[in-house]
Amino acid sequence: MTLPEVVLAVMWVGVTLYAIFAGADFGAGAWDLLAGGGRAGQSQRRLIEHSIGPVWEANHVWLIFVLVVLWTGFPTAFAAVMSTLYVPLTVAAVGIILRGAGFAFRKSVEDVALQRLFGMLFAASSVLTPFFLGAVAGAVASGRVPAEPVTIDPFEPWVNPTSLLGGVLAVATCAYLAAVFLAADADRHRHAELARRYRTNGIGAALVAGGVALAGIFVLRADAPRLFDGLTGRGAPLVGLSALGGLWSVALLVRCRYGLARVAAALAVTAVVWGWAAGQYPDLLVGELTVAEAAGSATTLRAMLASLAVGSLLFAPALVALLVVHARGRLDAPR
Amino acid sequence: MQTVGVRHLAAQPDLWAARQQMALSLGWHIVIACFGVGFPALVVGAEALGIRRRDPDLRRLARRWSKVLAVLFAVGAVSGTILSFELGILWPGLMRTFGDVWGLPFAIEGIAFFVEAIFVGLYLYGWDRMPPVAHVLSGVPIVVAGVASAWFVVTANAWMNQPRGFDVQHYLATGEVVLDVDPWAAMFNPATPPQTTHMVLAAFMVAGFGTAAVYAAAMLRGRTDRYHRLGFLLPFAMAAAITPVQIGVGDWAARFLADNQPVKLAALEGLHRTQAGAPLTIGGLYIDGEVRYGIEIPGGLSALAHHDPDAVVLGLEEVPPDERPPVAVVRTAFQVMVGIGTGLLLLGGWFAVVWWRRRRLPRSRAFLWLAVAAGPLTAVALEAGWVATEVGRQPWIVYGVMRVEDAVTTAPNIRFGYYALVVVYAALTVGTVFVLRRLAASSDPETDEVPQVAEHPA
Repeated sequence: MTLPEVVLAVMWVGVTLYAIFAGADFGAGAWDLLAGGGRAGQSQRRLIEHSIGPVWEANHVWLIFVLVVLWTGFPTAFAAVMSTLYVPLTVAAVGIILRGAGFAFRKSVEDVALQRLFGMLFAASSVLTPFFLGAVAGAVASGRVPAEPVTIDPFEPWVNPTSLLGGVLAVATCAYLAAVFLAADADRHRHAELARRYRTNGIGAALVAGGVALAGIFVLRADAPRLFDGLTGRGAPLVGLSALGGLWSVALLVRCRYGLARVAAALAVTAVVWGWAAGQYPDLLVGELTVAEAAGSATTLRAMLASLAVGSLLFAPALVALLVVHARGRLDAPR
Repeated sequence: MQTVGVRHLAAQPDLWAARQQMALSLGWHIVIACFGVGFPALVVGAEALGIRRRDPDLRRLARRWSKVLAVLFAVGAVSGTILSFELGILWPGLMRTFGDVWGLPFAIEGIAFFVEAIFVGLYLYGWDRMPPVAHVLSGVPIVVAGVASAWFVVTANAWMNQPRGFDVQHYLATGEVVLDVDPWAAMFNPATPPQTTHMVLAAFMVAGFGTAAVYAAAMLRGRTDRYHRLGFLLPFAMAAAITPVQIGVGDWAARFLADNQPVKLAALEGLHRTQAGAPLTIGGLYIDGEVRYGIEIPGGLSALAHHDPDAVVLGLEEVPPDERPPVAVVRTAFQVMVGIGTGLLLLGGWFAVVWWRRRRLPRSRAFLWLAVAAGPLTAVALEAGWVATEVGRQPWIVYGVMRVEDAVTTAPNIRFGYYALVVVYAALTVGTVFVLRRLAASSDPETDEVPQVAEHPA
């Protein structure tokens, strides 16, 4: 592996963890939107709040991680992607602000009307944000980002079939991950009714996400032939693994094996994220810029890898501890 | 370079909007970020002290403050994220060329941010779930990582003032950075020590005076019980103790400019003509190349900048007009910052004298009113200082190397994004202030439960 490939792989680990963990947090917001009123809605919202409260900020940092590694490691690609896709990225950034603020505000007020208002902000932006980030991914994957944008069209790069596919798939995937995570959390709380509800939701979302992905094959063949070739060529084993992971998670949900279902769902997402990378390699910007061409100075790449290696000794054990402690219910409100 | 700049400017009518958008996002985030850096020390400090002294008032304060910390940290985290987006959305020219030169501190800051976010989760949700001492310890990394992330991110800003770590001459000749990138030299550029120190201390002042102002207001309304007095004392004493140090650091930062960025210093002081024995002018307005209606101290600027009243101080005339920052803005902002800083020093002095003589807080209502004003004024000083240093760098985005108009995006209609963000930030401001006020009023501290479970004798 060359130095830029190592940096890219490190960044892609960040993308994967962001997709899994922040994806589940966004998806929880989407379920919050659909939770409905009354007591049933209340108990769902409480579960969602417990489930993402202690961890969403740490999970969010993966996005920052990905951005800084991208701009330090591959400055030209970062500048090209961000400036070309400024419209969906601005919407996503606003969505990130409203999601976080809405969530924190809702927890801090006691007035029901205000809780509704802030909850609405939190939930709606939890759908909006992954949609637009997915659209950005679709634009990059379908080769719509020029290496050196001169005249930038505000809409053309992301208003297209692949971006739409990316957006819808992102939202469906988030909802699927979240349902699986929430089912496991509800089960841990011995809340059988909620666990059953999210088990159903999870199976439903898995079928939707799978269906969208299947339909996506035809979209990509027509709209993004290079990506299609990559996914059906080098990326094929990973894409297949993703499908298997999804099916496995559904089977586990059916059998109420929630803990393991989380692993299967995470596997499905990981495989598809890496399948995309494998399918697009060696291009960072399809048809425009290879990984090697986009790489920044070697001294910087080495310095960054060394810093991240030392830094991960600091934060990785703490992050694992947080996620494990939370998953075991040690941060739940005392009852 | 000049012609390139003009061409971009013609093709990019939205440069103004891009600058306003960056200023809005950064100017908003910087206040919240200061609380993110300075406030955890207060929360964790109060909790630690409360456990050590078995003081229920302190522990109640810590618990209440941690609810505020939850809101401020969340809002700070998300309002900081958009800045990473905007670096690429608005300034692709800067990032394309220099992303690998100045990116390293951002990557390291990301790690510090991870540590902060992880331990904020543990600390905020860990009340009553772990033994008190363990809980305090889970807060310590938030304090350390908060300071660290501020430090690293400001080294990047310092680099914009003192670009290092690449071959400047080669870049100016070819427009490319290929040779000898040294990210460590970029990070540890000469402006890093004074700028990072100034900023981190400012964060503690903003958080300290800002928090104390809330309790000063409560005391003015007659809530002068021990709980409120402590709520005032802790943050105010912290901020007041830092203020004289900060003024010393400010002097260091200004002398640094005299040697390394003389045009910025000239703009800060409104000095047009290069001269020996340059005067220091306090107040007044910069009109047509000179400061009018100010109080002039002969040789004052030379004395401050070079510790010699006869020293030569370079004026704006040293560079062509199109390389000078807008002096009126920069000078006014600087005067505001220095003025407020001096006022805070005096207020802290008042407190210190009364405390030293009587071992209690000043009881005068005038003192409390001034302490209420000090909260928002410290934030104003922060913004003014930030305007002075950022606008004082103009027209350069990278001092002496890249002009702002060469860094800005070529995308059309940036201004609509800016207008949208004005609305978003207005709503966010209203929401944040509203929620914080609700938190402050939500329940009387007397009814705040102090956990009796998991009490271990210290």
